[in-house]
Amino acid sequence: MDELIDKLKGEIIEQLNLEDLKKEDIDNDGPLFGEGLGLDSIDALELIVLLEKNYGIKVANPADGKKIFQSVRTMAQYIQDNKK
Amino acid sequence: MAAPNYITAYAKIRSGKVILNGETGYSANADEPAADFVKAAYKHYELNYPKFYKMDQLCRLAFVCSELLLRANKVTANYATEDIAIIVANNAASLEIDTEHQSTIADADNYFPSPAVFVYTLPNILIGEIAIRNSIKGENTFFIFDTFDPRFMNSYIHSMLNTGRAKCCIAGWVDFYENKYDAFLYTVEQTNNGLGIAHTEEQLNNLYK
Amino acid sequence: MSSKVYVTGIGIISAIGNNVAETLDSFNKMHSGVGTLEHIISRHQADTPVAEVKASNAELAVMAGFPKGHEDTRTALLGTIAAKEAVKSAGITDMKEFRTGIISATSVGGMGMTENLWMQYLDTEQSGPWLKFIESHECGDSTEAIADSLGIRDYLSTISTACSSSANSIMFGARMIKQGLLDRVVVGGVDSLSKFTINGFSTLMILSKEQCKPFDANRKGLNLGEGAGFIVIESEKAAKGKTIFCELTGYGNANDAYHQTASSPDGAGAYLAMEKAFNISGLKPADIDYINAHGTGTEINDLSEGTALDRMFDKKVPMISSTKAFTGHTLGACGGIEAVFSILAIKNNMVYPNLNLVTPMPELSFKPVTELKKDQKINNVLSNSFGFGGNTSALIFSRVKE
Repeated sequence: MDELIDKLKGEIIEQLNLEDLKKEDIDNDGPLFGEGLGLDSIDALELIVLLEKNYGIKVANPADGKKIFQSVRTMAQYIQDNKK
Repeated sequence: MAAPNYITAYAKIRSGKVILNGETGYSANADEPAADFVKAAYKHYELNYPKFYKMDQLCRLAFVCSELLLRANKVTANYATEDIAIIVANNAASLEIDTEHQSTIADADNYFPSPAVFVYTLPNILIGEIAIRNSIKGENTFFIFDTFDPRFMNSYIHSMLNTGRAKCCIAGWVDFYENKYDAFLYTVEQTNNGLGIAHTEEQLNNLYK
Repeated sequence: MSSKVYVTGIGIISAIGNNVAETLDSFNKMHSGVGTLEHIISRHQADTPVAEVKASNAELAVMAGFPKGHEDTRTALLGTIAAKEAVKSAGITDMKEFRTGIISATSVGGMGMTENLWMQYLDTEQSGPWLKFIESHECGDSTEAIADSLGIRDYLSTISTACSSSANSIMFGARMIKQGLLDRVVVGGVDSLSKFTINGFSTLMILSKEQCKPFDANRKGLNLGEGAGFIVIESEKAAKGKTIFCELTGYGNANDAYHQTASSPDGAGAYLAMEKAFNISGLKPADIDYINAHGTGTEINDLSEGTALDRMFDKKVPMISSTKAFTGHTLGACGGIEAVFSILAIKNNMVYPNLNLVTPMPELSFKPVTELKKDQKINNVLSNSFGFGGNTSALIFSRVKE
């Protein structure tokens, strides 16, 4: 799990063009949206693309993203549970 | 007799140079790749806006140019946000990012179009970025022309200010395509602030050159 | 200088008809143009309904009156057909009689042609007749094609502000008349469907897999559409003695300054645009008889627009509908197409239904009209158009007082 979280942080930084951020700046359990990293609705859609591109997981309803993308940990958990 | 208006500040970014109110600021070799140069200018002036990195090249160029312009002349401090208009034109529209989006949908075996790319496939998004950054809510339009048209810009902005549709206008030309870039933004006001250059076709031509 | 701007001609082509008469017929039959994509090969063909103009490019070229063998982009063809109808309906036969201009608007321009020829363009080893279409990509090209086919020489301009583009072209044309720069202007816009927009909007996850349901509590997104809508506006001098449809009394534009694509929760930009339109027209919200809403059917637009309307009209919103379930969202063309609908609402004293509405939105005070209403007294119509980049526009059309 920790390995996946670490890998995921790198992928998020790349996919969302968070050039000013380093992996250690992202808290495993900190919120990704709003107060946290300040991501917005387009970033959420971009994370859905990331899930499909890198892990083959399709999220059909963007509203599901709210739960999945609460933190890097919840995202990693979702990948672990749904990866084929 | 229509009221005179004034060009109160201007910023230009082209050929590896930032020019602010006529003075050369940050510069690099003219052959420095456009994307690198704009990013270096962003860092040099410590503009500090993480969303910058999410923008496409056209918006990045417009963003840096507008930030420097508004640093030189902070119109948002002097006017209500509804009274500031943004009127910009260019030649290539959003062609630079359009081709990027196109390439992500052209290959059926590697089909991962990016929403973050698609949202920039409209030239007026650059106006949106400037508006969001500065909470500017006035009139805004994006025109497509062959080249910067001082005659058109001059008459359009005169009429906008003289008919009360806006009290101040951020105007200009922002074009980016295939490593060629050209940004020229200026503020026009009814009072003789800042540079106080008469807002005429001739002066626009001189400043743009 | 002209203190008034009169509408003397209208022209339209969309999924519900190739001209004004067919369009009215579709409204009378409550016939939506949303269906299966036929003229583009796309991975989204089976699962994403669209509102396509029911004609091939070859058929459109005949309608546009282009000489045999003359190829052009679908955007130029659709634009020419609607603009020609508008000029004809205005009874204009001599372009030289007055200073005449055209201001067109488009968001994707010649994209449909570009994406078909893309691979050929990239292959620099080859050259062929397709290369002539490279220039047709840019947004101004369709405007030039339309101007050429109409013989308009005095003034030409192209606006690209996403989905409010053609509302802005109408506004710009009106100002040129008021300032005495032109006597009459063909204004409006055109966009054709393309893989570019279908795939792009699909990534934003706002394309409905079923017919769109604007202002429904269970709306699932928008349907893309295509088409063109143009109107002819004239100064008092040029319009003298002519049949006049109505007057363009108000227009306003603002920026929402909230997000690149999403409207602000309170619809600040929409409110400002409407407020400006009211100020110019001298009308009050209570004077409006019908609102043709932007109403795309996305979760965010309809809530934002509805909230702004409730505030503007102090929760006494008049008859209102979105016609997007008929035509789909035609992007850069929608302001022109819906201007034609607004003008026809005044001319025929009718109000169009907001199709597919089952459950009104609990957040809003109003319920859109769900049936075709005739024999109404429609004197003033408000038409909203909002675009990505926060660009918001509102137009007001008014019956000319006898």
